[in-house]
Amino acid sequence: MLLKIRDLRVSVEDKEILKGIDLEVNPGEVHAIMGPNGSGKSTLASALVGKDYFQITHGKIDYEGKNLMELSPEDRAREGIFLGFQYPVEIPGVSMVNFLRTAVNELRKYRGEEPLAAGDFLKLMREKKQIVEIDSDLTSRSVNEGFSGGEKKKNEIFQMALLNPKLAILDETDSGLDIDALRIVANGVNKLRRPDNAIIVITHYQRLLEYIIPDFVHILYKGRIVKSGDKNLAVELEKHGYDWIKQELDVEAKLSE
Amino acid sequence: MKESVKELNTAEKYVEFFRKNQPVISEGDPAYLLQLREKAIGLFEAEGFPPKKQENYRYTHLEPWFGKEFARYFRERKIAFDIDDLFSCDIPSLETRILMILNGFFYSNGQKGLTELDNGIIYGSLREATRRYPELVGQYLGKNAEMEHEPFVALNTAFAQDGIFLFVPGNQHLEHPIQIIHLLLSDTDQMVQHRNLFIAGKNSRADIIICDHTLSPHMFLTNSVTEIYAEENADVDIIRLQNEHNSSFQVTNTWINQERNARSRHSTITLHGGMVRNNLHVKLQGEGAHTEALGLFLIDKKQHVDNFTVIEHRQPHCTSHQQFKGVLDDDATGVFNGKIQVFQDAQKTEAYQSNNNILLTDTARMHTKPQLVIHADDVKCSHGATVGQLDEEALFYLRSRGISVEESRLLLMYAFANDVISRIKEPALKNRISHLVEKRLRGELSRCNCCRMQCQD
Repeated sequence: MLLKIRDLRVSVEDKEILKGIDLEVNPGEVHAIMGPNGSGKSTLASALVGKDYFQITHGKIDYEGKNLMELSPEDRAREGIFLGFQYPVEIPGVSMVNFLRTAVNELRKYRGEEPLAAGDFLKLMREKKQIVEIDSDLTSRSVNEGFSGGEKKKNEIFQMALLNPKLAILDETDSGLDIDALRIVANGVNKLRRPDNAIIVITHYQRLLEYIIPDFVHILYKGRIVKSGDKNLAVELEKHGYDWIKQELDVEAKLSE
Repeated sequence: MKESVKELNTAEKYVEFFRKNQPVISEGDPAYLLQLREKAIGLFEAEGFPPKKQENYRYTHLEPWFGKEFARYFRERKIAFDIDDLFSCDIPSLETRILMILNGFFYSNGQKGLTELDNGIIYGSLREATRRYPELVGQYLGKNAEMEHEPFVALNTAFAQDGIFLFVPGNQHLEHPIQIIHLLLSDTDQMVQHRNLFIAGKNSRADIIICDHTLSPHMFLTNSVTEIYAEENADVDIIRLQNEHNSSFQVTNTWINQERNARSRHSTITLHGGMVRNNLHVKLQGEGAHTEALGLFLIDKKQHVDNFTVIEHRQPHCTSHQQFKGVLDDDATGVFNGKIQVFQDAQKTEAYQSNNNILLTDTARMHTKPQLVIHADDVKCSHGATVGQLDEEALFYLRSRGISVEESRLLLMYAFANDVISRIKEPALKNRISHLVEKRLRGELSRCNCCRMQCQD
């Protein structure tokens, strides 16, 4: 098993956002986590990559037999965890090439490999750029600076391709994309699917899941996974909307009273 | 001859010292220079050092530094060393004409004191120029750098004996940048006051690089003046790279005078230094003149850097851009005081100023103060100052890609600094400074050249 989350509770400024999450992810699987706004989807993603603004108050996250909570954000990345950010930050003055080369070589160093020479790295970049059809010359640009919404999301998947993670968490990678960009990004992700890695796709809409077909779909609502199923659950959700889940849950809540 | 200032740190002590040594200081001076020195010491005597908390020196009280005991020499001392052994500046693929000042005196190293090219360009020892070209030098020397209410300029004018002279006649271009290497190397704590004079004639172009270095671990106090004239439509670019050790104290006074449509750019990169005060005073005297003042300082421990600028917009249609940035670590303190003065006739002035600083610790301090004095009504002026920390969101983004905290911080600091570095024109120099800044931020910079001294503690 790659990732095993047990009864995870996470608070932000003393407000509990996640109220007991259980999730298991195996290599080769794609999990989709869906839910209405404010259900805690991004909190889950942030907790997995170790953003310290989010306090884990209870529970366990086991990753390849290691206690993930003991690892720094950079060590999580070196262990193969990747987050595709919902809002990638612009970093003026840090060049894409310098940033990515540093990142790739930090990962190589962690694995005991020699750093890539400049020429080899540029070659690798050219190759991976094709996965998400980036044709602009990244060598002269700063990290995300002046990138359009679509470019920023493509750039996240491009980084995923370069860093080759075992577990990729894609946080609302579809938000703000037009249909063409969505297709490019989704195709990019599909090209990176392998039997030995796993992907958690976090999304509000089912639209993305028409391109990235998940093995499992989980519905997150008020900090809990309230329903799990296969890809058909997403279709159902699209048909009935989130009100369907809310009503169903509220009925259950009434019955249990 | 060797003299030391003792105990009292008063201005009177300096005046008395000047009177006593005047015959040696002004030995062989032409008449105009003798007069200039007299005037200077008189003004200094009347004014004295700026008192504590004086507005322009509020955070940098200099008198105590000038009261310390330093040896001062008024004749060039022969120091037994081979300069090539100790020092060679290694900016790859940058072709420059190197001129050296050793402890305040032009260091000929076997070359001529003054080099005179066929096209009329002259460069070399200011001392020699004052004697060989009294009319030319007399026309400019001390005419731009004001001494009234400027005690450090007055003091330098009284005492300075040598430095670098550069004259580029009208319509001529310096083929290669002039690189002035100002070296301090002594067997005792020493004070130095040298003077530079650069004249760029009509339609001329000159690129100048000034490097300040210490080559021995003694305490040094430098009070230097650089006067620059950019005549009509001249283009002057000056880069000053300060890399002295933590027991060195430096006051630089740079005065730029620009005529119609003249352009100047002055960049100060402070990598190291115990206490540094940079006074930059630009007078835009002719219509359409443009100046850029850039500054970057990277300081730690107890280092102190104070950048004080005055840009005078005296005529219409002039533009000025100021950008100063600082990264402060440990207990370092920084000051930026930027004054923009727009005179009544200077309509259509555009004057911009920004000062951004990053404090890496809770104990580092930055004082920043913009001053806009505007007497014209049709002008565009703006200023902005920030003092902050590194962007946490950006830091996390970098870390989430496997880059360590230290390396991530470094990338962000470097990006911050690069804003200034990227404006340096000459690619070879830009790369070199960029490399030095990176090394400095990594804490690996003990020297920026191939000298064998380990100056930093």
